[in-house]
Amino acid sequence: MDTAFLPPELLRMLIAALFVVTVVFVNALFMVYAERKIAGHIQRRPGPYEVGWHGILQTLVDGIKLMTKELVIPRDANRMLFRVAPLLAFTPVVMPFLVLPFSENLTIIDMNIGLIFILAMASLNVMAILVAGWSSNNKYGLFGAMRSVAQNIAYEIPILLSLLSVVLITNSFSMRTIVEAQISGLWFCLLQPLAFIIYLIAALAETNRAPFDMPEAESELTAGFHTEYSGMGFGLFFLGEYTNMFIVSSVAVAVFLGGWSGLPLPMDAWTGAFWFLLKVYILMFIMIWVRWTYPRVRFDQLMNLSWKYLIPFALLNLIVTAVIVKL
Amino acid sequence: MKTEAFKDESRHRFLLNMGPQHPATHGVLRLVLEMDGEYVVHLDPVLGYGHRMHEKMAEARPWPSFLPNTARMDYLAALPYNHGYVCLIEKLAGVEVPRRAECIRVATSELNRVASHLLWLGAFLLDLGAFTPILYGFDDREQILDILEDITGSRLTYSYFRVGGVYRDVDDRFVENTRVFIKRMRKRLDIYNKLVTDNIIFIKRTEGIGVISPEMARRYGVTGANLRGSGIAYDIRKTEPYSIYPELDFEIPVGSRGDCFDRYLVRIKEIEQSLRIIEQALDMLPEGEFRGKAPKKIKLPPRAASFAVEAARGELVYFMVGQDSDVPYRLKVRVPSYANLSLIAELCQGMLIADLVSVMGSLDLVIPEIDR
Amino acid sequence: MSGYFSDLYHGTKSLLVGLGVTFKEMLKPTVTVHYPRETLTITPNYRGHIELVSDEKTGGSLCITCGMCARACPSACISIHSEKPEGSKKKILTGFELDFTRCSLCGICVESCPTDAIAYSQEYNLAGYSREEFHMDLLGRLGKGGGSLT
Repeated sequence: MDTAFLPPELLRMLIAALFVVTVVFVNALFMVYAERKIAGHIQRRPGPYEVGWHGILQTLVDGIKLMTKELVIPRDANRMLFRVAPLLAFTPVVMPFLVLPFSENLTIIDMNIGLIFILAMASLNVMAILVAGWSSNNKYGLFGAMRSVAQNIAYEIPILLSLLSVVLITNSFSMRTIVEAQISGLWFCLLQPLAFIIYLIAALAETNRAPFDMPEAESELTAGFHTEYSGMGFGLFFLGEYTNMFIVSSVAVAVFLGGWSGLPLPMDAWTGAFWFLLKVYILMFIMIWVRWTYPRVRFDQLMNLSWKYLIPFALLNLIVTAVIVKL
Repeated sequence: MKTEAFKDESRHRFLLNMGPQHPATHGVLRLVLEMDGEYVVHLDPVLGYGHRMHEKMAEARPWPSFLPNTARMDYLAALPYNHGYVCLIEKLAGVEVPRRAECIRVATSELNRVASHLLWLGAFLLDLGAFTPILYGFDDREQILDILEDITGSRLTYSYFRVGGVYRDVDDRFVENTRVFIKRMRKRLDIYNKLVTDNIIFIKRTEGIGVISPEMARRYGVTGANLRGSGIAYDIRKTEPYSIYPELDFEIPVGSRGDCFDRYLVRIKEIEQSLRIIEQALDMLPEGEFRGKAPKKIKLPPRAASFAVEAARGELVYFMVGQDSDVPYRLKVRVPSYANLSLIAELCQGMLIADLVSVMGSLDLVIPEIDR
Repeated sequence: MSGYFSDLYHGTKSLLVGLGVTFKEMLKPTVTVHYPRETLTITPNYRGHIELVSDEKTGGSLCITCGMCARACPSACISIHSEKPEGSKKKILTGFELDFTRCSLCGICVESCPTDAIAYSQEYNLAGYSREEFHMDLLGRLGKGGGSLT
């Protein structure tokens, strides 16, 4: 093929972009279905059942419905920001895909600051929620936005601290190096169990999932920051939430659960990706399972949990790790 | 509502309308909240969205025609509402009720109470953000509704009791099904305890929240599990027993602190006690008439009479004045939820909005009962 | 400080127990019924809307047009039309209409009937596109087994 027209690097980027968008949409479709199915079975009902075999097409149909719906903009809303917010919510959650190490070969770019890049992108999500809640000129929306900001700030610290203790061991922010360190040695969930647990709890809060779904606590704030959103505006937030779940689970897998390492399988080229995705979806199953089990915590308790439990323990863990590494 | 407060910009307070279509204000209650950030400074419940003039309807029709209305005030526990009404007419007209009918009345009323508490449990947990218990509750409640449907013919608004007895006799199948249900329910309570009662998040969300002191409860006329949660063992079934309640062996669970958690515990224990009552009522179910001889036409004497029963949400009083005709001059219904709601303005001052939701849930309000 | 750690211990334990409960429930079979495809058998005691009972001898109605049910009905949803043919002492029923939009299914009419001419229907799948579909001509339905509406 004549590559003069498309330089290899550009072609690579195009393929990567296509890949990322596909993964995002397929993941969201699958996860919404899985969530509804699992929630159903936890509650002793079958969940979606009517569209397609066992309701398999339900989310697709719902997606089409969302796309065809009108995006209603409230009268006193800030029109520009109101439209921008869903995009702002969606874009940053797509970016971390660039550095996720799906397998040994399937990594779009191996940045030496990969982990920091992901954290930076994840923290942009707050902006979107704040803008969405504020611009829709709805008191419930504003409540949701404010809660979200406080929550995400409080929970980024334990996430960072717990990841840092791994970085101290590997001496690198590169995702690939971190995974390779685990392949040659122990998985970090065994070396750093405390950091792993702290990361999981904080990740739940970071993704605004129940029991930490303050920003959209529907029995308090109707729908929180996306109260006024309809159609695809709402759809993008939804997509963002599930993609965000995927990202935090992927980071957990890459940093704590050995990334793509696993037993060898016949299809050699795909083994790594298979194990990686399997672990990611197990983590996401746990997130769903937790959501349908617990009541929601109160806002100040949420803060207490972070400042009184997670951060001190994460700090302690970090210090102990630092001392041991130095020895 | 004090609009001046909002003109003062430095105070940064704002109005928040909660309801009438808000997920936490079950039924159609509207709360006008004056908020300072997430704190409730002042609260005004606005009622009347579900008003159907039940009391006025009672003044415009012969008393038997009002019986279906009684079931529609508190549709979650309709049988105690039937019970109070027929007992009042029986008292006014001096009608004897056969013992079998009394046993059936008590057993079905208590089944209904359990159903109501189960739904409350689910709705309360839903308010606190747990989605699953409501479906477990519905699963169990469905068994009760099946049992009751089998004997009464309907699932929610029964109109099952009649003056002088009940509308249809029960059979062995009812007794058997109910015993099976009691066994099942005792096992299920264990699940609820594991899933909800012991859960740390649930405890933290309810312990010490919305404390109703005994003095405050008395002042507002709070009744039912809300009052017993505050430590006052006041239950019409014990203090002013009617029907066969004096012969039954059961306890009145009470709380100690009067917070949301105590109200929750009292209701869970009440489910256990109700199961005990049902068992005893079934054990002593005698053979015989299920509907005594009541005169076809009862003229209500021109005097006042009242009758109180313990409904699922508290003390329910029917007060009737006759006028020597079969149409009453006046019927007043004292519903428990109205008094239980009235304290919310005082109770929730300075509270977080999340706690307000948890208090609202714990009070077990049925708004159509208040609006009637 | 002791409260701090006991909270942590008991809290974690209770959370894990909760997860155990939901996991066990998840593995159990579902309890719901796929309604349009599967239906539950309705109890014979079910109180649906009312239906006229046919006389086994004549095939006509048992109704003697006394009007007790219409008077007993709290919502006034029963209207009875009758006429007295020349030379006959008895009135005969010419129309029995139920305005089901107002019926509250209380069953007082069935109880008040001196000849047991009214019975409950077993029909619970009631849905229609217009109000008029629920103005039922019960005499017209008599003997048809109470199939579809009007």
